[in-house]
Amino acid sequence: MKNPDYGFYSFLLLGALSVFFLVQLLGGGYYLLVAFYVLQYVVLSTAWNILGGYGGYVNFGTAGFFAVGAYSTVFFFKLLGLQELKRLDLGFLEISLPYLSFIYFPAAVLAGAFFSGLLGLGTGYLTLRLRGVYFSIATLALSIVAMTIVVNWSYVGGARGAFVIKPTVVAGFRDANLFVLCAMILLAMFSLAVARNIERSKLGAGLQAIRDDEDSAECSGVPTLRLKLQATTVSGGLMGAGGALFPFFVTYVDPIGAFNLAHTVNSIAMPLIGGMTHWTGPLFGATLLGVIQQYFGSKNIITPEMSLLIVGFLMMLFVAIAPNGLLGLFKANDKTSGSKRSTKKPLIFGKDGSI
Amino acid sequence: MEWSIAGELLANAVVTGILLGGFYAAVAIGISIAFGMLDIANISHPVMIVLGSFLAYYFNAQWGIDPLAIMFPVAALFALYGAGLYSLYFRLFESREKDQRRGLAFFFGLLFVTEVGLILIFGVDLRSVETAYGEEVINLGFISVPIRLLIPFLIGVVMIIGLHYFLNKTYFGLAVSAISQDMLGLRLMAIDPIKIKQLTFALSLASAAFAGAALIIIQPIEPSIGREYIGRVFAVCVLGGMGSLQGTLIAALLLGTAESITSTFVGPSWAPAIGFGILLLTLAFKPEGLISRK
Repeated sequence: MKNPDYGFYSFLLLGALSVFFLVQLLGGGYYLLVAFYVLQYVVLSTAWNILGGYGGYVNFGTAGFFAVGAYSTVFFFKLLGLQELKRLDLGFLEISLPYLSFIYFPAAVLAGAFFSGLLGLGTGYLTLRLRGVYFSIATLALSIVAMTIVVNWSYVGGARGAFVIKPTVVAGFRDANLFVLCAMILLAMFSLAVARNIERSKLGAGLQAIRDDEDSAECSGVPTLRLKLQATTVSGGLMGAGGALFPFFVTYVDPIGAFNLAHTVNSIAMPLIGGMTHWTGPLFGATLLGVIQQYFGSKNIITPEMSLLIVGFLMMLFVAIAPNGLLGLFKANDKTSGSKRSTKKPLIFGKDGSI
Repeated sequence: MEWSIAGELLANAVVTGILLGGFYAAVAIGISIAFGMLDIANISHPVMIVLGSFLAYYFNAQWGIDPLAIMFPVAALFALYGAGLYSLYFRLFESREKDQRRGLAFFFGLLFVTEVGLILIFGVDLRSVETAYGEEVINLGFISVPIRLLIPFLIGVVMIIGLHYFLNKTYFGLAVSAISQDMLGLRLMAIDPIKIKQLTFALSLASAAFAGAALIIIQPIEPSIGREYIGRVFAVCVLGGMGSLQGTLIAALLLGTAESITSTFVGPSWAPAIGFGILLLTLAFKPEGLISRK
């Protein structure tokens, strides 16, 4: 992509602004929570899709990568004593409390992304040389082991969990939660941009080749291992970045919440339902599924367990019947109508010829 | 004096570990069959074991039936379920592509749905069974052998030996080995490989009923406990070498002993990490496993 794509970026900006103002218009509170929840899943499912959708490697460890990001925030908050920090004195510059968030939010996101990316790289390096099934199994086991480590690690709260006091005041925002939401909006925009750029880059083309036929790709000179490792690292890093913001929003992190298998199931079901071959698929699936879950949850129509059960069933249904998701179904309809037209033409032609 | 205490602890840990290993063999054998011989990565197997445990619990709580008695009808039920599941799997995935990844997502959905279903029915509390032998311990000098570990060990060992003979001495068993070696040859002998695979998959799920009965004899259960076993079973299967029964048994005994020693000398909460460590190291350095079939 030589010329920047203004259409795409203005779409992102427009989407971000409309989320922001919609939440403002509805009075924040509960709607802020819904927006955060949905955006968190936009990030997670977009990240999952980079490896799972483009490359065809199923990652069952979303919860693990997410939690590593969340716990890196908890860890550094405790290590650097950020809870009690009132101002930062850099010598030449003194940063007061309302402005501190602008420093440690990006720092937390970078740290979370770094550790989760490293985890992705490590797991990938050990298992990606084998058949894809082994990678999937390793990632599934990975989140369980990461959870074991966190439960045993009393410094970050152990099984009891840990509190992260969120910034009380942020310059320019009347509500600190709104600031956390804005950070998530930016991260979601960033994830979508990353996914779209990968899709259109050499990496994306290579991943698609791997998905379609890895042996042929390898034979045609696609550096499969390197591409898979890059995708795993980027994917894991984005999941960790999403996880790093999680403690700020909920202010309390415990292993059961952070390592919840629901993160994994949702982040797979959303791209599956939306469509895995295009960056809009996860966005669409996460918005649809996230909003539906929140809506029915808030009306007490279904319990959280029921909603997870339904997501599980939907996932099985889509993987069995419509592996290309809703977007794929729309496209298939277009194609069949198109092919009908093309088959009609010669027919008429034949008739004309016979007459 | 201190050394002798450590020695006794170690001896007990090794004995417990071997008993535990026999149980792990029972848990892993179904995956070893499905994944190693049929090439079906059924990651929902551990949760099927938990389902078997819950059925054993239910019959025990309602009518006081011993898990060891109820496991046979449950196994028959699971075999039927396995046969149905395989024909569904074959129609949806195996007949269309040789790639397993979509099937894997399918089984993951199944794992999740079963687990949430169990939560909805039984809740998240720990459940256990009442048996006459649950508290009994055989003392051999300073080594104590709890019955609740000995029975699952025996179940695992019997299953491994039984399957070994079944696969090597019977016509059907030889056909199963032929599937992973020469599918075309099998067809030429006028044997329907799909039928064989279906029956074998049914066998693999039936083993979950026995492992489930063993599980609830060992420890109280709750619906999500199957997850702890995912790392373990695949560690056992990969380390043992896919589809090798002797390998599965050896790897299960190794894992059990390693976990038991860790529990005794480091802490029980670290035990789940052992299986995963073994899994990762094996995948990285010896992916063909200890006993390779090829």
